[in-house]
Amino acid sequence: MQPVEIDFGRHNPGVDPQLHIWGWEIPAYLFLGGMVAGLMVLTAAVELRGDRPRSWAMQLAPFGALGLISLGMGALFLDLAHKLYVWRFYLAFRPASPMSWGAWILLLVYPALAIQGLGGLDATARGWLTRTFGARAGWALGQADEHRTPVLWATLAVGVSLGVYTGLLLGTVPARLLWNSAALGPLFLASGVSTAAALLLLLPLTDDERHRTAKLDVAAMLAEVVLLGIFLVGLASGGTPQRSAAHALLGGEYTAPFWALVVLLGLATPLALNAAESWLRRPATRLAPLLVLIGGYSLRAIVVAAGQHSSFALLP
Amino acid sequence: MSTRYAMVVDTRLCVACKACVLACKAENAIPEGYCRDWLVEEVRGEYPNLTAENRSERCNQCSNAPCVSACPTGASHVADGGIVLVTPDKCTGCKACMSACPYDARYVTPDGYVDKCTFCIHRVQRGQEPACVSICPTRTLHFGDLSDPDSTVSRLLRSRPYKVNHPESGADPNVYFLV
Repeated sequence: MQPVEIDFGRHNPGVDPQLHIWGWEIPAYLFLGGMVAGLMVLTAAVELRGDRPRSWAMQLAPFGALGLISLGMGALFLDLAHKLYVWRFYLAFRPASPMSWGAWILLLVYPALAIQGLGGLDATARGWLTRTFGARAGWALGQADEHRTPVLWATLAVGVSLGVYTGLLLGTVPARLLWNSAALGPLFLASGVSTAAALLLLLPLTDDERHRTAKLDVAAMLAEVVLLGIFLVGLASGGTPQRSAAHALLGGEYTAPFWALVVLLGLATPLALNAAESWLRRPATRLAPLLVLIGGYSLRAIVVAAGQHSSFALLP
Repeated sequence: MSTRYAMVVDTRLCVACKACVLACKAENAIPEGYCRDWLVEEVRGEYPNLTAENRSERCNQCSNAPCVSACPTGASHVADGGIVLVTPDKCTGCKACMSACPYDARYVTPDGYVDKCTFCIHRVQRGQEPACVSICPTRTLHFGDLSDPDSTVSRLLRSRPYKVNHPESGADPNVYFLV
């Protein structure tokens, strides 16, 4: 192969020498959005199977998720370069734009979580709500109860859409070679479910809830391992652009943080801890959920950063 | 057939004088430190068997523009003649278009909206050539309508071998390089 020397006369901020337009705000938004998606999926799926929330942590999870998604949207807002025009997202629906889908899905998240949360409250909380807010609260609680099953299915659907969207926001960008994979959608959804379960496991749950959540956490992590494998094999077995992108995680610049933080610390160690705790019949520690949260954020931060550095212009 | 504007860059004539870059900055009042077009100087081989290619590059005004598809607000759109434009008043600065562009041809202005080459549409609508084309001292740059078989760009592409940047991106670019 001939040696090539390229003198590139462009130095646009944020673009050169490599694209670096998305900093911590986007991984933070994807992490919080994924976690909220996971909370919606977990809490709705568990109740649809017949298990109503018992602990206060489970009952308040949908309301906590409202706070988390607001934090995520705050991070997204900070990333906007033309902040005063943020309302423009809601004057158009562009079916070909994943970001447009995301903007509208985020609007559905709020009512879904609020109604789901109301219907999951116990008698004590309902009494307090009715005393504080009067007949309006009673009416809202009645509506939440009357339409409980459709609300839970809607929450599940919105949660899956939100989780998949956080991955497809990146996965549908052909110009960034590392991101251009359909596996990112389900991968980020599985990771979101896993981080949501980890967050719940850090809170006081009933024994039944803890046992069920821990099982779901392990299932989500195993799914994540499989999807991560599909993502990497898909890139590594592709053409020159895909192989070049895969190199970032398989020998290149991001290899060490990816394998250390995402695979070893965020997946392998929590899975091993869970297996050891189950085998030795020891009570679960808080270390495994903490590591899952670190791994979930690292996955998004590394994929966002490495993807921006993989472009056609940088191909050998 | 509708108008399809394109640019043809004769890499055999370009001397990398950067007059196109300066003309663009002056014509479009580009902020300091930014550019809509730029020069790439590529040298291949080992001495004494060297080949050099100078390319004046810019937004490729793609027929299948991924930036337009990615834009959530419709700020990025296709105008008459296939020219891809950004409406600043609709742009949130989300940068989805920048991540979608295979050529990294866009940037965020200090005012917060995304900007790029417009083929100097304001001049084209007055019947003039883009600023970079009109100033080029070696007649490296040619601009015209690909749908017109008698246009300069159509004749050049019929008579000379050419290439486009990153055809594998699938964006169907409309800036051609004569080789």
